[in-house]
Amino acid sequence: MTTQGRDLSRRRLLFGGAALSAGVVLAGCTSNEQEPTSAQTKAAATGGNSEPGKKVTIGFSAPAADHGWIAAITNNAKAQAGAYSDVELKSVEAGADAAAQRAALSTLISQKPDVIVLLPHDGKELNAFGLEAMKAGIPVVNLDRAFPDARAYRLQIKGDNYGMGVAAATYIAEQLKAKGVSNPIIGEIPGIDSLELTQERSKGFADTLASYGLKVANRRPAEFTADSGQQAATGLFQALPKIDAIWNHDDDQGIGVLAAVNQANRKDFFMVGGAGSKKAMEDIKADNTVLKATVTYSPSMASSAISLARLIGQKKGMSDLVELQVPKEIVLASETITKENASDYLKLGF
Amino acid sequence: MSETTPTATPERAAGLPAQSPPVDPAETAKAEAPAGLSWWRGDGGEGAKRNLGLLATLVVLVVIGILTRPDLYGNASWVWGNTLTILKLASVVGVVTVGMTFVIIGGGIDLSVGAIVALAGVWCTTLATQSYGAGGMIFSALTVGLAVGVVNGLLISYGRLVPFIATLAMMVAARGLAAQISGKQTQVSNNQFINGIASTNVLGIPLLVYILAAVVIAGWVLLNRTTFGRRTVAVGGNPEAARLAGINVRRHTLLLYALSGLCCGIAAVMLTAQATSAQAAMANLYELDAIAAAIIGGTLLSGGRGTIVGSLLGVIIFSTITNLFAINGLSTEAQNMVKGGIIVAAVLVQQVQFGSLTQFLHRNRTTTT
Repeated sequence: MTTQGRDLSRRRLLFGGAALSAGVVLAGCTSNEQEPTSAQTKAAATGGNSEPGKKVTIGFSAPAADHGWIAAITNNAKAQAGAYSDVELKSVEAGADAAAQRAALSTLISQKPDVIVLLPHDGKELNAFGLEAMKAGIPVVNLDRAFPDARAYRLQIKGDNYGMGVAAATYIAEQLKAKGVSNPIIGEIPGIDSLELTQERSKGFADTLASYGLKVANRRPAEFTADSGQQAATGLFQALPKIDAIWNHDDDQGIGVLAAVNQANRKDFFMVGGAGSKKAMEDIKADNTVLKATVTYSPSMASSAISLARLIGQKKGMSDLVELQVPKEIVLASETITKENASDYLKLGF
Repeated sequence: MSETTPTATPERAAGLPAQSPPVDPAETAKAEAPAGLSWWRGDGGEGAKRNLGLLATLVVLVVIGILTRPDLYGNASWVWGNTLTILKLASVVGVVTVGMTFVIIGGGIDLSVGAIVALAGVWCTTLATQSYGAGGMIFSALTVGLAVGVVNGLLISYGRLVPFIATLAMMVAARGLAAQISGKQTQVSNNQFINGIASTNVLGIPLLVYILAAVVIAGWVLLNRTTFGRRTVAVGGNPEAARLAGINVRRHTLLLYALSGLCCGIAAVMLTAQATSAQAAMANLYELDAIAAAIIGGTLLSGGRGTIVGSLLGVIIFSTITNLFAINGLSTEAQNMVKGGIIVAAVLVQQVQFGSLTQFLHRNRTTTT
């Protein structure tokens, strides 16, 4: 018994030591010393609206989703606020769902900000909060996910999901026409299929293709992640031995789609991406993959939202417009990035 | 400490639950059946019939594929390529499922496997880890997987937490840590060796399929030809009897979760290679895929019975269904409904095989007459 006991303790020491040293090595591996994403901010020009004015406190809240796009939204908002000397940003993490975000926002209201900029988990679920804040005299800037009630927001700034589909379909149709392909086979890899934004994108894509007399041959949804993109693309390649064009809704999942393209060794088609990540723009510029274009849904809207929230707080209008106040709704156009203009857009990539 | 009779233990441990027939009919069947019926008979119980059933299901799926897309199936090179694609798609979940099968046979459940894959994947693709090269990346993925598995095991065996709760907590926490480390970004792997794991073919067969085969064979040997496997069945079938037979149930449980974690580490390397990147949201819902595959493969959720071959067939059946829906351009919603239906059907078939359904019918008949 005693020998066994000593044996065990020695074994424990061995395993313990091994585990400890593994831990030390691993701890060194967690650091992620990337160069910080150069945020998409607008440097303050001199004169007019950029002159420091009344101090504005802006409350900000966006979901903590695991996606590069949301991360870029938060980074942009913080960077743009930092660019103004007269803006103080009070940021609250929105947690995992609408209920958590509602709780976080109520603490924000108690700090009495001048304006609230908000990317809700779900526009419908947070509509009541918008109404409450507006009633309390705090203007609400809704970022990207609309409130159904027009009284719930002072300004709505969002991307154009339907327009993304239109832009992607237009590019694909024009390219195929230029190449003279008859009866082209078009594949589509959307993101999470149950989301309204995915359905709008797909509808814009299908509607525009139909206007050219084209249609989607097969559609395999992924989940906005690279591994799901790889699997969806692999399924698509099995279904369609020959493809002429693919629209992949999201550049983050596009990393996996491009990996699948390499693994399957497919070169028979060209691909259009979506959202406009920095990596996608670099790939398009280098022109050495099947990715030839991407249609934007830019997180730069967060930077613009902060700038406009500042103007609302200072009761100023946009200096290029005649109106004395900021407009109520702004929808960003979805732009098509190709090899020709990729350099211009690279600074907007996330 | 008290397992002093290793030579006698396996048979006795395996035979033990037979002393309490209602607990483990599979073991009873094994004890009564003549030895050496077929090569897979040893696989944890009377699996032969059920595995044949799974193979039949697979054949039916392929026939449906041939009927619905004769144009594709008419091309022999496409069929070969498609078969390899199905196996490649099955490989990552397959490796996870081998670990899961051990945990479930041992009377537990591991809900954290998807999160462990994500954490190990994210950990091995940070810029700092990538600077150590492919060896460092693989080492860190395997170690992280193993370490998280050990933590699960400690919480369950020595902390006395219910497996469902302990691994549920780990599922949430590991994804949180992964998001923290990655800064919610998609981390691209720039290591050509790692990325090459998913694109390399050896003798015309993808490397990923070899890895799956190696893990499955290792799992099969471990379950059927070692004391460890016999103890797993004993611990899952009747922990109290196993303890009385001199098995250190706690330590064994710890090892089972460590094994599951290690499998997740291997899967993380494979998935990272496939996607050439990792992120905190990767391997979404793999725990459900792995549990479902194990169940339709004939693993009893209450523990004590299950086969590695069955689990592998379960994974391949799911992978084939996904492929079938893809080549026919059908929606993923319908696909999920079919998968759910197959799980229910598999459990019903299990009940028939155990006679509970016949007993049920019999009881009904006797009451009506």
